[in-house]
Amino acid sequence: MRIDVDRSRCEGLGMCEAMAHEFFEVGDDGFVVVLDEAPDEGQRAFIRAAIDSCPVSALSLRD
Amino acid sequence: MSTREPGVRRLVIVGASLAGLRAAESARRTGWDGEIVLVGAEDHLPYDRPPLSKAQLDHRTGDDLVPLRSRDELDGLGVTTLLGTPATGLDTDGRRVLLGDTAVAYDALVIATGATPYRLPGADGIAGVTGLRTHSDAVAVRRALDAGARTVVIGAGFIGSEIASAARKRGLPATIVERLEVPLSRSLGPEPGAICADLHRDAGTDLRLGVGVSGLESTGGRVTGVVLDDGTTVPADLVVVGIGVRPATGWLEDSPVALHDGDRGVLCTASLATSVPGIWAAGDVAHFPNVRFGGDLMRLEHWTNAAEQGALAARNALAGTGEEIAFLDTIPYFWSDWYGHRLQFVGTPRADEVVTVGPHGPGAIVLYRRGTQLAGVLTIDRPRDIMKFRRLVMEPGSWDEALFQAADRVTASA
Repeated sequence: MRIDVDRSRCEGLGMCEAMAHEFFEVGDDGFVVVLDEAPDEGQRAFIRAAIDSCPVSALSLRD
Repeated sequence: MSTREPGVRRLVIVGASLAGLRAAESARRTGWDGEIVLVGAEDHLPYDRPPLSKAQLDHRTGDDLVPLRSRDELDGLGVTTLLGTPATGLDTDGRRVLLGDTAVAYDALVIATGATPYRLPGADGIAGVTGLRTHSDAVAVRRALDAGARTVVIGAGFIGSEIASAARKRGLPATIVERLEVPLSRSLGPEPGAICADLHRDAGTDLRLGVGVSGLESTGGRVTGVVLDDGTTVPADLVVVGIGVRPATGWLEDSPVALHDGDRGVLCTASLATSVPGIWAAGDVAHFPNVRFGGDLMRLEHWTNAAEQGALAARNALAGTGEEIAFLDTIPYFWSDWYGHRLQFVGTPRADEVVTVGPHGPGAIVLYRRGTQLAGVLTIDRPRDIMKFRRLVMEPGSWDEALFQAADRVTASA
């Protein structure tokens, strides 16, 4: 499982960080940084919820 | 066969915007396999509204609307849409939503009709005057900007400010007329409001404060100016009215669904149940008690709120007998983009004290205190910091700790 960021879509709104700050952080440049790109399978539902919360659909999960 | 609420075979969602779409998606996510009917007043599939006052006013944008989900995706979810059919009434005895000459029956109902902009009295029928709520409104505003319109925005709220920003980005003259002496002073407080006023002035927007609109001037049915109640006239080719919205509940007035005495929004419990069993509400239309903030009754016009409440209302509508009903546990969040600046707010601005830390302009951190705790935070151009403060609001962190962290972050970025 890998987390992908589409930087052309990311607006740095921070919903992902609000939902799962262990995995996402918005940087000073206003783009999200993925803190752990290949997280444990056990975190899938938690990360999925954070990805789904993105207002501009900039995040996706890849197996 | 449904594995959940056995009595519910058809879920009807009235309102085909973000809250309504999220309701449909979340209903399916529960594994429920009944019928979902999504009813919308506009002709369009559900689409996103934040870009209407942002990217879609840009000169490179076309008229095409990209929906949040395609027709194929909605078909895949098994969602039937009834578009261009505004709800006109509700028959709770017969469990029917009235749609003009026709009706649709429901077993469970989610009300997500959103809100409608207040209109300017006497402006009907004058070309060049519009609100900004729908895709067609945004197209009208963008075309006027493309044509080089002199823009007057009535109301210095967030949407109005974004429109002024879009006009200034193109180098067009923009004026904001605001009845309050300080913009946003009621929603954010006087000091943050003054900071917002400076953002406008620094970008060359002509900010007229403490003045009302007494009328419009027009030639040949097209607006030419806005007459203010101080006797001056501001020339205008485009007038955007941004003086707030009211919940779109006219269709519920003759129903037993309890509405708010003031703005006629739908009164809900913390689980988004209305006063009528089987009927739930979500999004801009709904008042709900926020348990995180002393049970304050809130009605939020935020993207995140519509998404979250839509999902929760549908899930609760379908919860089977004996199943746990979920309650909202929410920290309000919204953002707004002006003149290249990002404003972000988490929590509530209803506070005992408001303190600005750092510069009184871009880079500001504004803290809102309730009792001894941090209740809300506004940041300007601090995308990295806002969600850290959200965590402090959530804990909730002490006021002293919030002051310390804000000072620390300001120092670190100085």
